[in-house]
Amino acid sequence: MENKTAKKITPSKIIIQIILLIWAVINLFPIYWLASFSLKNNTEIFGENIIGLPRHWIFSNYKAALVGGKVGLYLMNSLLVTGITVALTLVFGITAAYALTRMKWKGQKAIMLLFLTGLMIPIHSALLPLFISMSKLSLLNTYLALIIPYTAFGFPMAIMIISGFITSIPKELEESACIDGASIYRTVYSIIVPMLLPAITTVAIFTFIQYWNELLFAQVFINSENLKTLTAGIQAMYGQYQTDWGSIGAALMIATLPTLAIYLCMSGQVQKSFIVGAVKG
Amino acid sequence: MDKIFSNKKAVCVFILPALILFIAIVFIPVFMSGYYSLLDWDGIGKGKFIGLQNYKELFFSKNSSFWPAARNSFLYAAVSIFIQLPISLLLALVLANGVKFEGFYRCVFFIPVIISSVVIGQLWMKIYNTDYGLLNTILRKMGLDNCCRMWLGDKNTVLGATFVPMLWQYTGYHMLLMYGAIKGISPEIYEAAKIDGSGSVKTAFKITIPLIRPMLRVCLTFSLIGSLKIFDLVYVLTNGGPAGASEVPATLMYKTIFLRNRYGLGSAMAVFIVIECLLFTVAIQKIFPKDDE
Repeated sequence: MENKTAKKITPSKIIIQIILLIWAVINLFPIYWLASFSLKNNTEIFGENIIGLPRHWIFSNYKAALVGGKVGLYLMNSLLVTGITVALTLVFGITAAYALTRMKWKGQKAIMLLFLTGLMIPIHSALLPLFISMSKLSLLNTYLALIIPYTAFGFPMAIMIISGFITSIPKELEESACIDGASIYRTVYSIIVPMLLPAITTVAIFTFIQYWNELLFAQVFINSENLKTLTAGIQAMYGQYQTDWGSIGAALMIATLPTLAIYLCMSGQVQKSFIVGAVKG
Repeated sequence: MDKIFSNKKAVCVFILPALILFIAIVFIPVFMSGYYSLLDWDGIGKGKFIGLQNYKELFFSKNSSFWPAARNSFLYAAVSIFIQLPISLLLALVLANGVKFEGFYRCVFFIPVIISSVVIGQLWMKIYNTDYGLLNTILRKMGLDNCCRMWLGDKNTVLGATFVPMLWQYTGYHMLLMYGAIKGISPEIYEAAKIDGSGSVKTAFKITIPLIRPMLRVCLTFSLIGSLKIFDLVYVLTNGGPAGASEVPATLMYKTIFLRNRYGLGSAMAVFIVIECLLFTVAIQKIFPKDDE
């Protein structure tokens, strides 16, 4: 019965499919268009062939962006900054979450609440104070100028997600490890961390995509052309490459491909991360 | 056992790195912004304490560009609540109801969410480009030449033109959140509704929507707060232009601090954004209480 109704094609089902298809095209077409003009030369982009597939595939746009436009450098910077941010957020987030949920000490509820409130603080409020403090500490124009704020702002979400997960792990394992004489550090490292893998994946994906795409801090805290991350770097490229759509298109594609690849390889995981990230916040 | 779990040294080793970083980077700056907002300061030398003068200038100065910016952010909020959320809800309801290619559509609708606002902004600038942009090209091909515009350069179209990429970017996120919530409803409830002869539209309004209220609240908060503090997309697309027509508080704050060097006034704007976001988060929680509490 269930199957029969599902297989029957009714007019309403066709209408629904058409609506969904139109929405899918709206979602995909701008990306297709970007991909196509990143491979075209200016004659095609500016007249001959604005919408169609490239007639001559100009891969040199990518070479121009990567080498000439420093996008390769920005890409390395983004990978470095975001990668270290994710690692630090995870290490300190896991230990903090463990102390907050499993261990017993005075004031732990208040500290948890403090981290929770952090979810509601927009980064705007930290922009100028951090700019001034980091300029005094000569931290501006270093990778740390981004890694430190990203990590700190990443903690509330990470701690929230990991704490929730730790509470669901039965205590017996840690207790028997302790009885066997393992130190608490060893217990966390070799028993808790492996069990946290799903939560770790969630936090890693969420943090990675969030800071890969961050613009405000990236723009303000880094001036040096050689240290810029992709978002700020491409934003700065715009003026110079205003009439060279092919190269800027290639740069935009290069900035998008890493997150897109992560998404296409594990779309279920990524979607889950964003759901958890939203609900906890 | 308790001795191990209340080992003070271990607690410190575990919590202090995160706590110190968090307090220094996230928490203290809020208060520093509050203090800066009471100064007349250009960033060089020492600031002069002027009390609430900056706030007075912000709110009451005749030619203040702040109110138009705040108004624009509220406009974005209204449009995203009344246009974006209903579209997301409709898509979520249809998808969760079980259609062919459900997984494919869900995957596609979410793609814009993972793309950076800088990429999205620059891409849409090209789409809106007067001469070679996708939009005007399509309009011309359809023979609608007189509909072609300088979409981002015209103060009558700029707000709408910046809103469309926002809609494009975030609809999939809200859809996914609502979809997840709908999928979490126990199937038995639907079976019961089916036996009672409830049609799918009626089921959506009477059962599904009331049951996903907590998630709708999350989406509402996101749309509202996200619009109030929006920076990236507006900065990339128009930087507030033309002539301030698409200015929002965050872009104005950025310019006030880093272009006009008015640290005090800019901080007052930052404080305004923080307080505004907190107030609205609390307000939504009060107006739409959680059912299960």
